[in-house]
Amino acid sequence: MTTNGWIQIALYCAVVLALVKPLGAYMTRVFTGERTFLSPVLAPIERGLYRVAGIDARQEQTWLAYAGGMIVFNLLGFVLLYAILRLQAALPYNPADQSAVAPDLAFNTATSFVTNTNWQSYGGETTLSYLSQMLGLTHQNFVSAASGIAVAVALIRGFARASTKTLGSFWVDMTRATLYVLLPVCIVFTLVLVSQGMPQTLGAYVDATTLEGAKQTIAVGPVASQVAIKMLGTNGGGFFNANAAHPFENPTALSNFLQMISIFVIGAALTNVFGRMVGDERQGWAILAAMGLLFVAGVAVTYWAEANATGVLSQLGLTGGNMEGKETRFGIAASALFAVITTAASCGAVNAMHDSFTALGGLIPLLNMQLGEVIIGGVGAGLYGMLIFVIVAIFVAGLMVGRTPEYLGKKIEAKEVKMAMLGILCLPLMMLGFTALATVVPAGLAGPANAGPHGFSEILYAYTSAAANNGSAFGGLTANTLFYNTTLAIGMLVGRFFVKIPVLAIAGSLAAKKTLPASAGTFPTHGGLFVGLLVGVVLIMGGLTFFPSLALGPIVEHFAGAAGQTFSTGG
Amino acid sequence: MSRQTSSLFSAALVGPALLGSIKKLDPRAMIRNPVMFVVEVVAALTTVLFIRDLATGGADLLFSGQIILWLWFTLIFANFAEALAEGRGKAQADSLRRTRTEMTAKRLTGQGRAFETVPGTSLKVGDVVLVEAGDLIPSDGEVIEGVASVNEAAITGESAPVIRESGGDRSAVTGGTQVLSDEIKVRITAAAGSTFVDRMIALVEGASRQKTPNEIALNILLAGLTLVFVFAVASIPSFASYAGGSIPVIVLVALFVTLIPTTIGALLSAIGIAGMDRLVRFNVLAMSGRAVEAAGDVDTLLLDKTGTITLGNRQATEFRPVRGVTEQDLADAAQLASLADETPEGRSIVVLAKEKYGIRARDMASLNATFVPFTAQSRMSGVDLQGTSIRKGAVDAVIASVSGQPVASRGSNVALAVRPEAETGVVGEIRAIAEEIAKAGGTPLAVAKDGRLLGVVYLKDIVKGGIRERFAELRQMGIRTVMITGDNPMTAAAIAAEAGVDDFLAQATPEDKLALIRKEQSQGKLVAMCGDGTNDAPALAQADVGVAMNTGTVAAREAGNMVDLDSDPTKLIEIVGIGKQLLMTRGALTTFSIANDVAKYFAIIPAMFLTLYPQLQALNVMHLASPQSAILSAIIFNALIIIALIPLALKGVAYRAVGAASLLRRNLLIYGLGGVLVPFAGIKAIDLAVSALHLA
Repeated sequence: MTTNGWIQIALYCAVVLALVKPLGAYMTRVFTGERTFLSPVLAPIERGLYRVAGIDARQEQTWLAYAGGMIVFNLLGFVLLYAILRLQAALPYNPADQSAVAPDLAFNTATSFVTNTNWQSYGGETTLSYLSQMLGLTHQNFVSAASGIAVAVALIRGFARASTKTLGSFWVDMTRATLYVLLPVCIVFTLVLVSQGMPQTLGAYVDATTLEGAKQTIAVGPVASQVAIKMLGTNGGGFFNANAAHPFENPTALSNFLQMISIFVIGAALTNVFGRMVGDERQGWAILAAMGLLFVAGVAVTYWAEANATGVLSQLGLTGGNMEGKETRFGIAASALFAVITTAASCGAVNAMHDSFTALGGLIPLLNMQLGEVIIGGVGAGLYGMLIFVIVAIFVAGLMVGRTPEYLGKKIEAKEVKMAMLGILCLPLMMLGFTALATVVPAGLAGPANAGPHGFSEILYAYTSAAANNGSAFGGLTANTLFYNTTLAIGMLVGRFFVKIPVLAIAGSLAAKKTLPASAGTFPTHGGLFVGLLVGVVLIMGGLTFFPSLALGPIVEHFAGAAGQTFSTGG
Repeated sequence: MSRQTSSLFSAALVGPALLGSIKKLDPRAMIRNPVMFVVEVVAALTTVLFIRDLATGGADLLFSGQIILWLWFTLIFANFAEALAEGRGKAQADSLRRTRTEMTAKRLTGQGRAFETVPGTSLKVGDVVLVEAGDLIPSDGEVIEGVASVNEAAITGESAPVIRESGGDRSAVTGGTQVLSDEIKVRITAAAGSTFVDRMIALVEGASRQKTPNEIALNILLAGLTLVFVFAVASIPSFASYAGGSIPVIVLVALFVTLIPTTIGALLSAIGIAGMDRLVRFNVLAMSGRAVEAAGDVDTLLLDKTGTITLGNRQATEFRPVRGVTEQDLADAAQLASLADETPEGRSIVVLAKEKYGIRARDMASLNATFVPFTAQSRMSGVDLQGTSIRKGAVDAVIASVSGQPVASRGSNVALAVRPEAETGVVGEIRAIAEEIAKAGGTPLAVAKDGRLLGVVYLKDIVKGGIRERFAELRQMGIRTVMITGDNPMTAAAIAAEAGVDDFLAQATPEDKLALIRKEQSQGKLVAMCGDGTNDAPALAQADVGVAMNTGTVAAREAGNMVDLDSDPTKLIEIVGIGKQLLMTRGALTTFSIANDVAKYFAIIPAMFLTLYPQLQALNVMHLASPQSAILSAIIFNALIIIALIPLALKGVAYRAVGAASLLRRNLLIYGLGGVLVPFAGIKAIDLAVSALHLA
């Protein structure tokens, strides 16, 4: 570990924190329908969109109608994306003459992008046409992110409102999230990325002749525009197969830093939106503090694990940490930081191969996802995921102050607990259930490249990544098969919608309740005690559920590695 | 039902509880408790497997047998906790039942005293019965004629007789109580089987116990956690097969049962029953568990001034003479005027005169004095002796009598009365003193001797000792106190300030009370109040916690959701504490139960996977002797901790009136951190014992 490395990490945290307040204030204005500095330009467009779609922007929806709108919208998005992928050979903007995507891969890919997972069973530059990338994937990168933000905003309104049935309009929230938040930032960000040398072209792949005279095809394309939203919307689906490790997708140290910032910025700022909308910014900071603690601890462990050579590596005479699978351009600190950020935030973009991390270094990304992507998390999804944990934490601990537990003046009762547990349950069911299946059926066992605990980690990581809607791959797993494509897609669907729908049900139930004024008997939820409690609940709920699986994967690998033992392939 | 302080594990309770805990293994009863039901299912399954292995000769039979035995112990311990909690109520129910022995009733058949003797059980609502001295009142009812002293020890444990009379707020009588003197006619208001005593029996026995909203929510959480661990454990066999081995079913079952929240699952219903029981021991009957929970949530307490905040009666605290009269003279005159005055105020004047000025009591007869009693018309009382007349009374009445003017109209209050003209001299001085006293929350009593105004006696509402501190405690708990009084706003404000209540409602009518409750509730607050009169009934019904006084009317008792057998309105504060304690105990044991899992993992996971990956021995941080003893120790700890926590579940977590934040910090430290650490020590200790005894 170096001072330089720590400075990079500290600088990163400082920049994210500095952006929380201004962006939070701006987004609060957007979602409360107030005028913003972009309104003169965007308001006419917004009104035009509503007119075309026949939406009355003042018409608010109940939680059921809101959820219905969200499901219909995502379903239609899925159908459109699936059709584009299947028909891409016949559609325009296909200079590399990519053929139609196979049914199971198209199903997996469409699900992946609609659920904001961006799990990639395909190799971008070898499978997809420009049209598929731009109209199909980039489009979903925007709207799947916006739909996550919308659900989070609806939940915030549930806390903020009292004695009402409505949560706002899904259509308006979607439109505003895309038009006022994602698009403007992406346009600026794309131009910055292009300035760093990232390609942005509709031209064909470039053929080059190397010095040795060999022919080489260099894939290019509309990279920068897709990378901007891939990061900002915590999508993570790379233009190239190598994702952010590819020199065209991450050309410089600055582009690397900015990409890391853009992964966290909206998720972090949403905690501020939460605080502002419930009328007490400190509530937002407390949630961010809990996320921040878990994040910094994760970064420290991963950085430490990667920077210190393992027993096996030092036996081989390697010193200076584990550089396998890392870009020398970024080094250990920036790679470890990126890995923790991308898994904490449900992004899934990678600038290093997580498969090559040390056992403990790889455990943290895995754990980040198993905790339910609540450390900043996916845009919107991180906040509502964390608020589910808040409900559980408040329910158990709140009883200890001798009152029916309440949070922000809302009583937490049977209905909220039921829905929160539903949201929490579906993740281990998908992650552990499918891993259990894949570790016994031949189609599953054919997947991992490594034997022993590491191969187990590869499978566990894949399902964890899918159900958590992260999309990062550990690598090493051959996932483009009928079995993996299908089961991973189911994991993604359940992990997305079986959390979102209970969240909206909670929002509806909360909005209908009265808001109780706080008193000395109310347990304060903006202090260190609450932050500590929340961190504890997240770790215990996540940790307890996944301890056996982690023990059989990275933990045993770590102890074995420390003892100098390896597991041979084909065992 | 006397206040017994039976020890938790007295032999009389433990015996039947043990029997009950076996009976409760019936799956139809167990299914009410999802966590323990799941334990029963896996215990039954493993028992079947064990019997099969026994027949076919499987390996490690001693180990599996012990695990299964402890699984059943876990269930029995859980049932024992519940049976013990119920048993404590049963003992009280039995003593109640004894009062319901064969009763006969004298049912009136027409006008007058003609009656027929019928069995008490045949009485119908609306029947009128005659109860004479020595008779037991056959059923709940309302006195419609007569006055009698009644011994209510059967339900209150208080042997001093109470007065029950027709009309007013003391008209309700309870079946099973005994008339000691006089006779009353009672209209029956409850049919056999649904009387107050019947309901009490059902309540303390837990027969009518239903899950409260909070219990339901907690059960959902526990069921959810159980499911999470179903996933966590059910996926292990395939993981193990990937690693090239297998895990015995009995080990998986042991891991599963130790992980699911059995501790809180086992104790949950005992906590609920014990909460009700604590109230009963406190001589308060809650009509439902829901009411007890609501008590913990109360935001606003409405307290009647008289009897709750102040002692029932005003007392003389000071003599304030006009110029030219000494305090001694005023005291002397006031004492004379009060000698025959048997009202508490009158007696307090005599006491004050003796204590402060050494004026001893004099004998009325030897003074040849005649007492002039207080009347509603004169609003004065006093004495006439040897040609001297002394009067004391309402200020304007005394002034009027002195100046020979007609007595001012009733009800005008001196402090508020508009002065008809600028009075000068003594009258003006008296009025000024009186106003000053009224402003300070007191009641002025003017004294005149032979037509000359001497001064004013300061009668003060005495705020109960320590009540101010109680209100400060309540404020720390986040509870707002509102004093309800019939006094005028000025007096009310002074007493409110002295007692330290947060707010007051002066000149309160029952309608005002109801409106105040509705207003608080519209802000989402929960309101508690107590009351006894029929006119309190709507407010009692509206309040979230309505405590009816046992001395109150039938209407009040029906409207409230709690009845205080001692009729002590101060108890409202304790009732809130008991409600909070109930919720806290649930939260604390849930936290403890979940936190325990950390240590259990560290015991079982390395033991379980040791054959697959010997490297995981590094996770055996407790250095448990062998894989089998580690697993056995964890399951034994899991069962024994239930027994160890029964006293806490029944007595409740200690409650202190401090703010929520410090309460939470303390409980998180004890039950959260403690819950993580205790099992490490416990499992290690059991492991030492298990390996020393060569059990595994």
